[in-house]
Amino acid sequence: MTAALQILFDALSLGSLYALGALGIAAVFGVMRLVNFAHGDFIAFCVFAMLLPSVDAAAIVFAGRLPFYLLIPLLLLVGAGLSMLSEVIVFRRFRNANPATMMIASFALGFVIRHLLLLLYSSRPKSITLWPSLGLPVEFLGAHIPMLQVVTILITLAVLAVLVLFLKHTRYGLEMRAAAENFTMARMLGVRANGVILLAFAISGMLAAAIGLILATNSGTADIGMGANVMLIAFIATVIGGLGSVPGAVAAGFLIGGASVLFQATLPHDARVFRDAFVYGAVIVVLLLRPQGLFAPKSAKQRV
Amino acid sequence: MTLLDVDDITVSYGRLTALRGVTLTIAEGEILFVTGPNGAGKSTLLNAIAGVVPTGSGSITLDGARVTGAAPEDIARRGFSLVPEGRNVFGGLTVEENLKVGTGMRADRTKIAGDLASIYQDFPMLAERRHTTAGMLSGGQQQMLVIGRALMAAPRIMAIDEPSLGLAPKIIDQVYEILTRLRSQRKLTLLIVEQSSTRAKMTGGRMVLIRGGRIVLEGDAAEMVKDARLKQAYFGFGDH
Repeated sequence: MTAALQILFDALSLGSLYALGALGIAAVFGVMRLVNFAHGDFIAFCVFAMLLPSVDAAAIVFAGRLPFYLLIPLLLLVGAGLSMLSEVIVFRRFRNANPATMMIASFALGFVIRHLLLLLYSSRPKSITLWPSLGLPVEFLGAHIPMLQVVTILITLAVLAVLVLFLKHTRYGLEMRAAAENFTMARMLGVRANGVILLAFAISGMLAAAIGLILATNSGTADIGMGANVMLIAFIATVIGGLGSVPGAVAAGFLIGGASVLFQATLPHDARVFRDAFVYGAVIVVLLLRPQGLFAPKSAKQRV
Repeated sequence: MTLLDVDDITVSYGRLTALRGVTLTIAEGEILFVTGPNGAGKSTLLNAIAGVVPTGSGSITLDGARVTGAAPEDIARRGFSLVPEGRNVFGGLTVEENLKVGTGMRADRTKIAGDLASIYQDFPMLAERRHTTAGMLSGGQQQMLVIGRALMAAPRIMAIDEPSLGLAPKIIDQVYEILTRLRSQRKLTLLIVEQSSTRAKMTGGRMVLIRGGRIVLEGDAAEMVKDARLKQAYFGFGDH
């Protein structure tokens, strides 16, 4: 029972992380048909933004020392700012290019960010301690759950709730949903293309910052490649969820997180090192059975 | 007063020229029908005015301002609302949400609720299904929705690409009744692409005939319907 509970929390917290990542990718893809492969580097950038540039192993914490009620908004601003800046400087120029060109541009942007971090901080991972108290376990029905897992799950639920409220009940949310379904038609109804796209990038950047905070708290290190794994899984989640479907991206994020933890717990010991191969195998099966994704957006099956 | 002035515009898709030097003007409160065979360039004309397809040469002036090459949202904000071909409802949004998308640019916020109520009065079917996702509506219902949605943007000039397509005759009557009423009430100017020349004759107004990307005939709708050249244009006799 306690083992099952432990697995459940592992699955939910890992799934949360993937869901947040998938949301960040889906937000931009929805309005621009761009898969932003620099998203993982946005995550790393946000983590490094807490440190002063230096090549030493012992990181000099800068913003990381701020109390949480200042640190979190600041980091969200950094994420949103970086993301919006990359829209204005890079992606705006590719707005009418084909999706493959935009995707390659996002790879290039990712390289630039990564090498900028490399230049400023060197490739050595740095230790960073945020909120050590979150590492302590809490007892829940006999199981010992790390506080951070509980916080991660709660943050994700809060983010989802805010996002749903925003999308369903605000003017900008309505415009974003309309633009995601039919960008040209939305513009013909006066929805500003630049505004909606900037907003999507801002949301996506804030989600990257949130992931960065969770990853840094969890691992205690800042590593230049730290966003890459989440980015990859998050991208896969958006594909499985049905590209363009926000609920699909979230559900698929949780699904992959769950599958990953479940494989880890149930595979024979020798096969556990190949856990990711099993996860990707499951992804291939899903795509073979439902190439349009598990939750194809409603716009894709419109009645004529 | 001239509300829309299209001056000698050319539109090309790659090597294919869809419009060759089209010139037309619409006065405020006027109704202009655009007719012509398939592939003549009628939809291209509307899309060019809306800023969705770029013009190669010529100029478009809307309400005194040059809008050639402007973004679709800026043209919409100047009061041009297009109901494009093929319905284009936001399928995942509810009927009411669809109706509200175009209200974001309106300055007269206080009038939005009243306009919504009057749309619902005109199209009771939309009121009944206001919380249904638009993708679930039938083709005819979707057509009513997109017309209602364009009206909710409070345009000065509304362009509709084939409003009759796929609608039952009774509904078409209703749509035209609403459009002509709004025309007199709000001085709404109408630019309508319509294959059915009898409809144009019944409604009155001016008519232009487009063929091969050019305006080949222009005049009073009721007069033009009797013109043998109209039939010729459709069936391909005579000169080009």
